[in-house]
Amino acid sequence: MLAKRIIPCLDIKDGQTVKGTNFVNLRQAGDPVELGRAYSEQGADELVFLDITASHEGRKTFTDLVKRVAANISIPFTVGGGINELSDVDRLLSAGADKVSINSSAIRNPNLIDEIAKHFGSQVCVVAIDAKQTDQGWKCYLNGGRVETDKYLSEWAREVNNRGAGEILFTSMNHDGVKTGYANKALATLSDSLTIPVIASGGAGKMEHFKDTFIEGKADAALAASVFHFGEIKIPELKQYLCQQGINVRL
Amino acid sequence: MKIAVVKYNAGNIYSVDYALKRLGVEAIITSDKETLMSADKIIFPGVGEAATTMNYLRQHKLDEVIKNLKQPVLGICLGMQLMCRHSEEGNAECLGIFDTDVKLFHPERHTDKVPHMGWNTLTNVKSDLFKGFTKEEFVYFVHSFYVPLNEFTAAQTTYILPYSSALHKDNFYATQFHPEKSGTVGERILRNFLEL
Repeated sequence: MLAKRIIPCLDIKDGQTVKGTNFVNLRQAGDPVELGRAYSEQGADELVFLDITASHEGRKTFTDLVKRVAANISIPFTVGGGINELSDVDRLLSAGADKVSINSSAIRNPNLIDEIAKHFGSQVCVVAIDAKQTDQGWKCYLNGGRVETDKYLSEWAREVNNRGAGEILFTSMNHDGVKTGYANKALATLSDSLTIPVIASGGAGKMEHFKDTFIEGKADAALAASVFHFGEIKIPELKQYLCQQGINVRL
Repeated sequence: MKIAVVKYNAGNIYSVDYALKRLGVEAIITSDKETLMSADKIIFPGVGEAATTMNYLRQHKLDEVIKNLKQPVLGICLGMQLMCRHSEEGNAECLGIFDTDVKLFHPERHTDKVPHMGWNTLTNVKSDLFKGFTKEEFVYFVHSFYVPLNEFTAAQTTYILPYSSALHKDNFYATQFHPEKSGTVGERILRNFLEL
């Protein structure tokens, strides 16, 4: 039976791991390759490395980091941040990444999704969606949550699905960094309306939150950062717990 | 020992190379006929589309080379599918090493998403690739097409239906999953292949 996936996410700035709370106030948390290898050994099912450096220099540093990750780590990993065109995808896949995650660039140029799927296969294309629950419903945001768009979560997610994305990584900005659980209602609605896997992101604080997002949120995978980086939740214990709760995980 | 990785227009050849390096093996990545034929072991990896890839192999005469190899060959993912007779992906005539066809997954319930992506278990393993296995191990899959169970099935996995997650016939071995991305279990499978 296909296992539910646990995915630690590493935000990278100038080659180092950082993690913000509610998308601001970055804190330092270790060397990405060492951290990634430790997670892999502890039983993480995949890794996500997000480059939050915008500069050209930073991008080169990140590509070098992707090569080091590919050389050292034997589980699949996704990279994101600063991917605007096919040549960026090609560069990162050639450096050894298994998948790329696009966010703002997909909203600005939705055709990029079709192009990635056509050139490299759907499985390579993860579309990340940052959305916030507002009076008008779930609205999508750009640029790490700084710019509101006119797109609504469910319509955009369906479009992304139809254009050939392989997975959707949905981050609830209301839940991110708050540690009170994932946005399970919105996640379940997404999961029911899509034909591709949904990765839950934003809100993990306790082990129960992972169980809830797999059951109530119908998520295929759950992503978290700070609870793992600061050792508040240990992956082997989390997986044992999920197994005891009847959730199929890789042990 | 000389290990060759077949180089062609497919992605993710480097992942295999990295995995071999982690095992201390320096492989030759090549599309050169002589080099392939003189290698001790050959890995035929692949991420891509079946019909396009078969055309490429035919144009470069790699199809005849691969079919006629006598040393141990390991096909991975698309590599395994191309070693079969025919694929529904692009209605492609393939290499015909394994006398079986490759079919597209048809979801039966809404929760059956295609591609089959993530970690799933190997059952009924019967091949030296899985030497030392004591339980149903998890390995990493990404694919939309599958090989039904057949006389060459060396491991099976269930997703929508039970299908062949590994094949074996004479010197030809193949896995639908990615051993190069399957953590320590994958490393064990690669090492088992290198030790054949």
